[in-house]
Amino acid sequence: MDELKKAVRDYVVKEYLEDGDDREVREDTPLITGGIVDSFSMVSLKRFLERKYSIQIPDAQATPQAFDTVNSIADLVRKFTNVV
Amino acid sequence: MAYASKAREWYKGELETLRSQGLFKQERFIHSPQGAEIEVEFPTGKPPKRVINMCANNYLGLSSHPEVVAAAHAGLDVRGYGMSSVRFICGTQDIHRELESKLTTFLGTEDTLLFPSCMDANAGVFEAVLSEQDVMIADRLVHASIVDGMRLCKAMTDTFKHSDMEHLEEKLQEHQDKRFRMVITDGVFSMDGDLAKLDEIVRLAEKYDAMVFVDESHASGFIGKTGRGTHEHCGVVGRIDIITTTLGKALGGASGGCVSGRAELVEMCRQRARPYLFSNTVAPVIVSGALKVMDLISATTERRDKLEWNTKYWRSLLTEAGLDIKAGESPIVPVMLYNAKLAQDVARGLFDEGIYAVGFFFPVVAKGQARIRTQLSAAHEKRHLDAAAAAFRKVGATHGILGLNKNQIVEKFGL
Repeated sequence: MDELKKAVRDYVVKEYLEDGDDREVREDTPLITGGIVDSFSMVSLKRFLERKYSIQIPDAQATPQAFDTVNSIADLVRKFTNVV
Repeated sequence: MAYASKAREWYKGELETLRSQGLFKQERFIHSPQGAEIEVEFPTGKPPKRVINMCANNYLGLSSHPEVVAAAHAGLDVRGYGMSSVRFICGTQDIHRELESKLTTFLGTEDTLLFPSCMDANAGVFEAVLSEQDVMIADRLVHASIVDGMRLCKAMTDTFKHSDMEHLEEKLQEHQDKRFRMVITDGVFSMDGDLAKLDEIVRLAEKYDAMVFVDESHASGFIGKTGRGTHEHCGVVGRIDIITTTLGKALGGASGGCVSGRAELVEMCRQRARPYLFSNTVAPVIVSGALKVMDLISATTERRDKLEWNTKYWRSLLTEAGLDIKAGESPIVPVMLYNAKLAQDVARGLFDEGIYAVGFFFPVVAKGQARIRTQLSAAHEKRHLDAAAAAFRKVGATHGILGLNKNQIVEKFGL
C-alpha cells in the first residue's frame, strides 16, 4: 500500500470505525456500500483530503462511487495533485 | 403519452429490486383507534385480528384519550376544519399562539413556532439560522429528517461518532475558525433508545462557544422527572438553544411539530424557514387536541410515571426470558437479533401469537444490527406486558435464541 493510500486508510479507520470495531480496511474494501462510511459523514473525509493535499475536489466529483474504496479515493486525489 | 412504457418498465424493475432485496415496505391496515390493543388486517384481505401493540410512538397513551378526543371535537366545532392558508397570510388562530406559548413553558425555552411536522421543522430550521460561515456538527445517528435539513443548509457539515464526546471535542476544536458552531443531536435516539449525553454536550458547547440543537421527538412528554425531555433528565433546562419536537408521538400522536428555543432563532424560522412559510398551518382540530394534551401532562406526571414503571417491568421480563436487549432507560427497547431474516421471522411469529412488533434491518439500522424495536406506552397494562413477554418467550424458544448472546446468535444465524 503506497503512502497516499495508507494515509487515506488510516484516516478512515480513525474517523469512522467505532472503538472495538476491528474490521480490516483494505485497498478494495467497500467503504460506503459496505456501511463503514455513510454518505452523510463522507464530508469530513473530503475535507481531510483537501487539507492534507492542498487540493479542491469539486462536489460533482466527490460522489459515493469515487469515495467507495481506498483505491478509488487515491485515484481521485491523484487527478488533482502530483502525489504518486 | 408522457409516461411511456420505458418509464413504467424502469420503475417496475426498481420496485422488483426492492422486493428481491427484502426492502419493500407494506402498510398494514388497522381497523381501530390507536391503543394498547388494535385490530390489524394482515395479510391484506384477512379478517382483522386483535393484537397487543408494541410498536407505536403512543408513549403516554394519549392518542385516543377521551379528553383529547373531546377537545378535538370541540375545536372542530368552534374553530372549523381547515384554514386554507399558510400561517402568515390568514392561517394563524389564537389557539396556534396559545399552543406555542404552552409548549414554550413546558419545554423551558424562550419561544416556539409550530410546523406541519417535526420532519418539516428539522428540514427548515438549519437553513433559516445558519449560513456558509458556520458549521453543523452532528451525531452520526441523528434522525433522517435532520440529515435532510442539514443538506438543505449552506453551512459546513461535520459529524462525530455516536455519543463520543472526545470526538465531538476534536471537531469543536477543529472548527474554531467558523463564525457559529452548532452541535446537533437527538435527545433519545430512535433506533437504540439511548439518551444523548446532553450535560456533557452542553459543557463542551459552552467551552468551545457552540450552540446546541436537540430533537426531542422521542423524549417530549416523558423523559425527565416531569416529562420535559432529555434536557430535564440531564439537568440542562434553559441551556439548549434549539429544541425541535413533535406532536405526533407522545403529545397526542396526530401530527405537527415545532422549533422551540432562543427567541431570535425562533423568529428567524418564522421569517425564513421554508416548510413554515410554504406549507399549510396545523389544522385547528389538531391544535385543540394538543392544547388538551399540554394541560393533561402539565397537571400530573401520572402517565409518564406509569410509562416508566412499564418500561422497567418490560425490560426485566425480557431480560429474565433470556433475550438480548439494548440496555437503557427509555421506553424504546430493542430486542437484538442481528440477522435480518431472523428479525422478520420472529416478528411474524409474534404476530401469530397476538403481538404486533416490527423487525428493523439494513438500511434502517446498520448491517448486522437487525432487531425488533419494542415501544412501551402508558396505555399498556401489566397484563399486556405479561402476554407480550410470554409470546416473546414462546417464539424465542422456537428459534432457539433464549439465553444466547450476540456472538452465539450470529454464530447460529449469521449476519
